[in-house]
Amino acid sequence: MKPAAFEYHRARSVAGAVGLLTELGDDAKVVAGGQSLVAMMNFRLARPEHLVDITHIDGLSGIRREGDTLRIGALTTHRAVEKAELGDFGVLSRAMRWVGHLPIRTRGTVGGSIAHADATAEWCLLAVLLEARIVAEGPAGRREIPAGEFFLGPFTTALEPDELIVELVFPRPAPRAALTEYADRKGDFALVAAAVDLDADRVVLGGVGPTPVSADCPSSGTSHSRPPVSWADAVAGSLELRDEPGISAHYRRGLVRTLVERACEEASCGC
Amino acid sequence: MAAEPPPRDPHLRRDGAWVGASVPRREDPRLLAGRGRFVDDITLPGMLHAQFVRSTEAHADLLAVDLDEVRATPGVVAAYTAADLDLADITAELDRPPHEFVPTAMPVLARGKVRYVGEPIAVVVAKDPYAAEDGVEAAVVEYAPLEPVVTDLGALAEDAPLVHAEAPRNTLVDVSLFATEGIDDVFASAPVVVEVRSKTGRQNALPLETRGVVADWDDRDEQLRVQTCSQVPHQVRTVLARCVGLDEKQVRVTVPDMGGGFGQKCVVGREEIAAAAAALRLRRPVKWIEDRRDALTAAFLAREQRYTVRAAFSADGEILGLDADVVCDMGAYSCYPFTAGIEPLMASAEMPSVYRVPAYRVRGRAVTTNKAPTAPYRGVSRPQYVMVVERIFEKAARALGMDAVELRRRNVITVFPYTGVNNITYDPGSYLESLDLCEATLREEGWFSRRSDDNKVIGIGFACFSERTGYGSGAFAQRKMQVVPGFDLSEIRMDLNGTVSVTTGTLSHGQSHETTMAQIVADRLGVPYDRVKIVQGDTDRITYGWGSFASRSITIGGSAVAAASVKLGDQLREIAAHLLSGDPEAAVLEDGGVRVGSSWLSYADIADVAYLKAHLLPKGVGPGLSATASFDVGGDGTFSNATHGCVVELDPGTGGVEILRYVCVEDCGVAIHPQVVEGQARGGIAQGIAGALFEEVRYDDAGQPLAPSFMEYKVPTAMEIPDVRIEHLETPCAFTENGAKGAGEGGTIGAPAAVLNAVNDALRHTGVELDDTPIPREAIFRALETS
Amino acid sequence: MIQLMELTVNGERHDLAIEPRRTLVDVLRHDLGLTGTHVGCEHGICGACTVLVDGAPARACLIFAAQVEGAEIRTVESLSPEGELNDLQQCFSEHHGLQCGFCTPGMLMLAEGYLAEEPEPTTEEIREVVASNLCRCTGYQTIVEAIDDCASRRRAAFQEQLAGSRV
Repeated sequence: MKPAAFEYHRARSVAGAVGLLTELGDDAKVVAGGQSLVAMMNFRLARPEHLVDITHIDGLSGIRREGDTLRIGALTTHRAVEKAELGDFGVLSRAMRWVGHLPIRTRGTVGGSIAHADATAEWCLLAVLLEARIVAEGPAGRREIPAGEFFLGPFTTALEPDELIVELVFPRPAPRAALTEYADRKGDFALVAAAVDLDADRVVLGGVGPTPVSADCPSSGTSHSRPPVSWADAVAGSLELRDEPGISAHYRRGLVRTLVERACEEASCGC
Repeated sequence: MAAEPPPRDPHLRRDGAWVGASVPRREDPRLLAGRGRFVDDITLPGMLHAQFVRSTEAHADLLAVDLDEVRATPGVVAAYTAADLDLADITAELDRPPHEFVPTAMPVLARGKVRYVGEPIAVVVAKDPYAAEDGVEAAVVEYAPLEPVVTDLGALAEDAPLVHAEAPRNTLVDVSLFATEGIDDVFASAPVVVEVRSKTGRQNALPLETRGVVADWDDRDEQLRVQTCSQVPHQVRTVLARCVGLDEKQVRVTVPDMGGGFGQKCVVGREEIAAAAAALRLRRPVKWIEDRRDALTAAFLAREQRYTVRAAFSADGEILGLDADVVCDMGAYSCYPFTAGIEPLMASAEMPSVYRVPAYRVRGRAVTTNKAPTAPYRGVSRPQYVMVVERIFEKAARALGMDAVELRRRNVITVFPYTGVNNITYDPGSYLESLDLCEATLREEGWFSRRSDDNKVIGIGFACFSERTGYGSGAFAQRKMQVVPGFDLSEIRMDLNGTVSVTTGTLSHGQSHETTMAQIVADRLGVPYDRVKIVQGDTDRITYGWGSFASRSITIGGSAVAAASVKLGDQLREIAAHLLSGDPEAAVLEDGGVRVGSSWLSYADIADVAYLKAHLLPKGVGPGLSATASFDVGGDGTFSNATHGCVVELDPGTGGVEILRYVCVEDCGVAIHPQVVEGQARGGIAQGIAGALFEEVRYDDAGQPLAPSFMEYKVPTAMEIPDVRIEHLETPCAFTENGAKGAGEGGTIGAPAAVLNAVNDALRHTGVELDDTPIPREAIFRALETS
Repeated sequence: MIQLMELTVNGERHDLAIEPRRTLVDVLRHDLGLTGTHVGCEHGICGACTVLVDGAPARACLIFAAQVEGAEIRTVESLSPEGELNDLQQCFSEHHGLQCGFCTPGMLMLAEGYLAEEPEPTTEEIREVVASNLCRCTGYQTIVEAIDDCASRRRAAFQEQLAGSRV
C-alpha cells in the first residue's frame, strides 16, 4: 500500500495552480487535504503522474458572511466549519459531525470533498440542498457552477481538468435545515444520508443514486406546520431503487423514510 | 553479614503478596513513550524490503510466472518464484485415519495451482517498500482459471470442484464423536425438541500490528536470525529450519514488542518463511511488513461455521440430549501446527458447555474452500457453539413457557468435579453463582423494568459458559495432533546484586506477562516485582516453548515460572542457613533476603557468596544461583467461567442496535493482576461484539474478497463498544501453581451469545428469531416493521 | 525524482532528500528514525499514525511529507523527551488504557491535540473523539477514562494555578 511514483508540484497561487493543471493535463491531480485521494493513491487506485499541491496557496481558506450569502473558501477544513459560529447557516456546522472523525476533519477540505464528489458526502448533499454555487477558476477565468449541475456521476463532476475549485457560495440562510445519516458504524460513509431544508421545501438524499438526489417534496408554500411524516413517505415512495448485495431496495427505502423524518424533526427544532 | 531489610514497596498488598495487586505495568513506560520496539521499528544495515506477487484468482492452474519485468524495475534487487527458492512445504497432520483427516501441504510459494485470492506466488525484494510494490506490479502471471469453491455448502456438493485433489468432497476433517447409546430414542420420546441453525461470519482476528519479519544471515553465529511478531517463535524456528534445510540451532527466532496476535500469529505463515529464505539466499537482511490490504485478504482468517443443533428437553425443563452437526469453512489449507481440525474438533469436544447433558452426538467437519486459510482466533469455536447452546436455552424456554435464566439454573453443572458425556472432567467453577449474580446485577440496575417500557424496543440477553484454559499435553494429545503442545519450561537465575531473570516459553503481546509473571516470582522469592526480569520470545535463550495462545500463559507458563522460583528459593535458603549457621528448614524468604531466626541476609549478600566467594558455600552446593522447572497439566485442564448479560435497544427506523449495558461476571480463579484481567475481559468482549454485530470477511461468487479495507471490514470503535461492568468471582484452580485459570479468551466467547440473545429478546413480540452473525440490520428492520 | 525538503518535527529541523511519494508516516519512521508513530492501515481509518500537524491531530499516512514543509509536526516522542511520562501518559498507565501498545501513540497524540483545543470535554465527547482511532485490545473504556481523568487533572491544576496567582 505504497503509492506509485509521481512528480510533486507546489502551487503558490490559484493562477499558478491553474497554469500547472493546464500544462500537465490529464496526468495531473490536485491534492488539498488528501483525505480521500491519498488513501486511493496508497491502494494505487489513483495514480496521477503529477500531483499539484494547493495547500500552500494563501487566501483559499476562510468563511465570509456577505449579507445573506455565505462564502466558504475551498481550503477551509471541515473542522473549521464545525467550530465556526454560523448562525442561520448552522446546519453546515452541525453536519460536520458526520464527516469521518476529528483527524479527518482537521485536514479534509470543503473544496476537496466537493471535487471528489462521493454521492454520500456531506458537502455534496449540503451544496445541492442549499443550491450553492461552486466557484471554479480555469485558464479562462472564474465561473460559477450551480451545485445542481455540478455532480455528474460517481466521482465525476462538471469541473474541467484544468479548473480549480476556489470557493463555495451559499446564497441563502437555512435556519431550519438539517442533515442526518445512517451507517452501521459512526463515522462511516452513510448507507443513506438525508438533508432537508424546511423553508425551501427541499430534500436531498445520499446513497440512493450515483449523485446526490433531490427528491420531490409535496406541497410548497408558507405553511411550516406540515407533518414531516408525509414528506418522508412521499420522498421514500418517489425513489426508484434496486436490490443490491447486502441491502434491498425495501430496506434502503425504509432508511430514507426514517432519515427524512428525523432530519425534518431536527430541522424544525433547529438543534 | 546480617542486615535489616529495606522498606516495603507501597504497591505491595497489605498481606505482603504481589499476586492480586494491580501494580503499574512494567511494559507501559516504553510503549507510552513511543520507545517500544516492534518488528517494523527494526532497521539493519543494508536491509531490503519484501513484498509478494499474489494470486488474483481464487482457483486456477498456474501456467507461468514471468518476473523479467519485476527484476528490471528500478530498486528491485531480486525476485523469486517457488521454483527459484525450492523450499519444503508446510504440512500439519493429525494422527487420524484417512476418512477422518486428509493432510494438505501448504507450499511456501504457490506451485502449479493457486487456491485463493491473495495466495503468495513470488517474493520481490527491493531497496524500499515502494520499489518492492512497483516490482510486484510488473509481474506477469498466467492463469488457467478453475471453477472456485466459495461456500461450505458448495464445497460439500456432490459435483463440487476439488480444492485439493486428495480431499474428496473438499472435506479435510470428518469426525463423528460420542453418540451416546439410545440418543435417537431420547429425541423420539422427548416432550420438547428445539433446533438452532446458525451460520457465523468469517472474521479476521485483526491484530492492529500486521504480520511481519526481519531476517538476516549472521556469519559469525552461523545463524539465520529471524525477528518476527509471532506467538509461537519455537514453532517458527522448527518449520523454517525444515523449509530451508537448516539445523534448528542454525535458526534463531526472537520476538520484539508485538501489537497483538489473538491467534492469527500463533500459526506459521508462509510469508515469513519466504522472506527469510530470500535473506538467506541474498545474504542481506530482508524485512517484510504485511500491509493492511494483504492483512484483510490474505492473512489467516477464522470463525466461518455452520451449526445444526437439536436439543431435547423434558417437560419440566431438564435437558435430555444434544445432537449436533458442525461444518467449518477452513479455507484453502491446514495451518501449522493445529491443522484444519482446530475449529471442528474444539466445537465437537466441548459443545455440552456448562450444562449437565446426558446424551450427546456430534459430527464435526472441516471443509476446504478457495478462500484465505484459517488459524485459531481468540476463543476458537467457543464463541460459536456457546452462542448456539445459549440460543437453545432461549428457544427451549419459550417452548416450555419458562424463564430462560431459570431454565439454565436447572441444568447448569453445580457439583464438581463433573465428568461430562463428552468425557471431559470439569474442575470447580462458579457457573450457577455467576449466572445468579449477573441477573441480579442487571435487575438491581433496573434494566428489567426498562425492558417493559412500551416506547422502546429493549431486550436482555445472557450467556453462561465455561472455557477450558491451560490445555496440557494430554488435552492436546486427545486431538491427535502430531505436534503436541502443552508443557512449559522455565529457567530462573539470580545475579550478583540479587536481581532475578526468569525465562518463559510463553510470550506476551499485550497480556502484560512482564508484569504478571514478575508478580508470581516476586511472591515466591520475596522480592519487589520490578526486580524481576522476564525473558521471553527468544529461541536461543529459552528451551523449547509453546508460546502464548489458548489462555495457557499464566496457567502453564506461570506455574513453570513459580516452580522454578521455588527451586531457586530452596537454594537461597540452604546457602543462607549455612552462612548464618541455622537450620535450612527454618529459613524463610522475605523482604529480598533470607531470615533464619533473628538474622536476615540479603540476596545480594548470598549472591556475592554464590558467585564471588564460592569457597564459603555449603558442601555439595555448586557455584551460581539458578534453577529450571517445567509444568504440564495432567488432566483435562482448568475451566474459567463467566456469565455475560447484555441490554440492547433496537431502532425500528433503521434496524440499528445500541448496546445500553453490558455486565460480565467472571471467574478465572486467582487473578494475578485484577486490572489486567478486567482489561482482557473488556477487550475480549469488544471482539465478541464485533463478531456479533459488525465484522465479516465476505467473498463474491468468484471468490474475490469483498472487504479489502477498513471501509468494508467494520472494526467497531469507541462509539459502538459499551462500557462493561465487571464483577469477579474466585474459584481457585487446585492444580496450577497460583490458583489461576486462563483469562484471555472468555470475553470473546460470551459476547456473541449475549448480544444475539438480547437482540432476539428485543424482537420477542415479532415472532422473528435471528440466529446468524453478524446480525443483519435489515433483518431487524424487517422484523420490527411487520410487527 | 528525488526532492529536497525541510521538515520540522518536535521542534527539530531536518533536511531530507526523498521521493515525493513518501508519506509523512514513512518519513517520520524510516527517514527520521522516529518509530514511535505506528502504521496500521495506510488508508486513514485506524489512526495508529496520528500525529499533530500545527497542533491538530492528523493521519500521517494520508499526508505526503512534501505537503507539510513549514508546518510544526509533533509525534509521541515529544511527550516525554526526558524519559519522564507526562500526565496524559501517566493516566493511560494508571487506567490500563493500553495493552499491546500499538495503537497507543496514535491515541495519545489524538488526545493531546484534542485536549489542547477542548480542555473541558464531556465524557461522551471524549468517547466520540476516541472513536477516531481503532484499538483491538482494550475495548476503549479505559482509554476514554484515562483521557477523562487527564482532562480533570489539568483543569484542577489550572484552577490551583489561578488560585495561587490570586494570593
